[in-house]
Amino acid sequence: MAIKIRAKAKDGVTTVKTLMSHPMETGLRKNSKTGEKIPANHITEVTAAHNGNVIMTANWGGAISKNPYLSFKFKGAAAGDKITITWVDNMGQGDSAEAAIK
Amino acid sequence: MKKLLTSVSIALLLTLPLTTMATPQQDLEAFQDYYQERFPGTPFDDFINGVYSIDPASREQWEEIEEFPPYELSISRGQELFNKPFANGKTYASCFASGGIGIRQNYPYFDTTRGEVITLELSINECREANGEKPLKWNKGPIADISAYMAYTSRGNVFDIKIPDDPRAIAAYERGKKHFYQKRGQLNMACADCHKFYAGNMVRADLLSPALGHLSHFPVYRSKWGGMGTTHRRYGGCNKQVRAKPYKSQSAEYRALEYFHTYMSNGLAVNGPGARK
Amino acid sequence: MNLLRRKFLKTATYVGATASAIGAGVLIPQRVLGAYNAAAFAAKDVNGAISASMGNDQHTASDAIKLKAPDIAENGAVVPITVSSSMSNVEAISIIASANPSPLTSSYQLSPACETFVSTRIKMVKTSNVIAVLKADGKLYSASKEVKVTIGGCGG
Repeated sequence: MAIKIRAKAKDGVTTVKTLMSHPMETGLRKNSKTGEKIPANHITEVTAAHNGNVIMTANWGGAISKNPYLSFKFKGAAAGDKITITWVDNMGQGDSAEAAIK
Repeated sequence: MKKLLTSVSIALLLTLPLTTMATPQQDLEAFQDYYQERFPGTPFDDFINGVYSIDPASREQWEEIEEFPPYELSISRGQELFNKPFANGKTYASCFASGGIGIRQNYPYFDTTRGEVITLELSINECREANGEKPLKWNKGPIADISAYMAYTSRGNVFDIKIPDDPRAIAAYERGKKHFYQKRGQLNMACADCHKFYAGNMVRADLLSPALGHLSHFPVYRSKWGGMGTTHRRYGGCNKQVRAKPYKSQSAEYRALEYFHTYMSNGLAVNGPGARK
Repeated sequence: MNLLRRKFLKTATYVGATASAIGAGVLIPQRVLGAYNAAAFAAKDVNGAISASMGNDQHTASDAIKLKAPDIAENGAVVPITVSSSMSNVEAISIIASANPSPLTSSYQLSPACETFVSTRIKMVKTSNVIAVLKADGKLYSASKEVKVTIGGCGG
């Protein structure tokens, strides 16, 4: 799975942690063998939804670490509710995953 | 003073007649005693955490990363690869004891039939070849993912590497030990210089990790690599860092080194795959 | 601005339905998820980055913001950063690394359900300040911390 999600509800607050598989190339790195710049290839937006309603969006640049991690918290959810994490990158690729809140 | 001790101890090692050479068991006790005296505040079991067992500041960052470490992606891929049947229908489980689950702590071992040190990665590729598949590259990618999964299933299992009473096994052990203590490269440094005699000290902004517990967390996800790598990938890198020509991964030399290196950590538990800088 | 944002958030609910298409690597129209603020990431200086991501660059330092970042980064490629605050009505957070070629690392739009909390890992090219800027009730607040990035001894 290229997106891992862990969502836990406690005392009315749900903490969501997510790990995504992505090279997050800045576009500034050079290929050590060819000397050519490795093109920018990084997630530009991440969307988090709760039972289908978007609760948070993130704009990312190439300076977010490779295989990026994101955590946020929100109220008004209960165990069993669905969290959906979706990302798109500057190359037009995207991925999405869903997990139930524990 | 330390340099004097180093050259004296190495000189002694070279001049001792074979019959009075320490046994591996004696070496092991001396090795582990050395680190416990050197780092009295570190509980024995914590040495598997390397610099994080001796430096609170980096430990804090490591713990933050451990909340959701990038190696989890590798473990998942490794699990899929491990369970995927070969073209002939068999899986990796057929090549290993206990179906390949919970066996990381048994590697490397000396195979008396073949007269060789067998590492986990070597076994993975031999399994592939025995089942008509092409071998994987040794340092990173799928082999590291599979090794990471197998290490993960073995977490908590204690290393108890055996050195059978076989002159070939002893020779492999001694070869590994020699590599560990031998100066090499333009920088003329031995593994022992950084990881034994100067463990806990700084080399520029890096804290030198103790060799005790070194391999328990391999394969390792290094922030520097941005990915998972095997023990021999790190050995090659370390040799290059002292500007010595590295040996090939899974060469007899590195397998001997891994044999000695892992044996020295007997009594410690598997905690791989690990996250390191 | 707020009303438009709510509208964006509502329109994006069908994201769930297109999940399988997304998984198949289908191109996703950028407007589905809200506009990507390319200008903010193109800004080469801190004030430009704040201005482009938050609307203006007038921010006040605030004790109510807790910015957790290491004193010395173990590795500049993976620096854990956590921004949290007891402040209410925070609608946006930006995380800036002042010496990066593009100082804005990321910005977050929070719906009212969100706690003021975000945690991620960033790349820092060298020792510099990490600045968290929060937008609440139209005003900007900030907290800053110097993070040292070092050259390792083991060949980097």
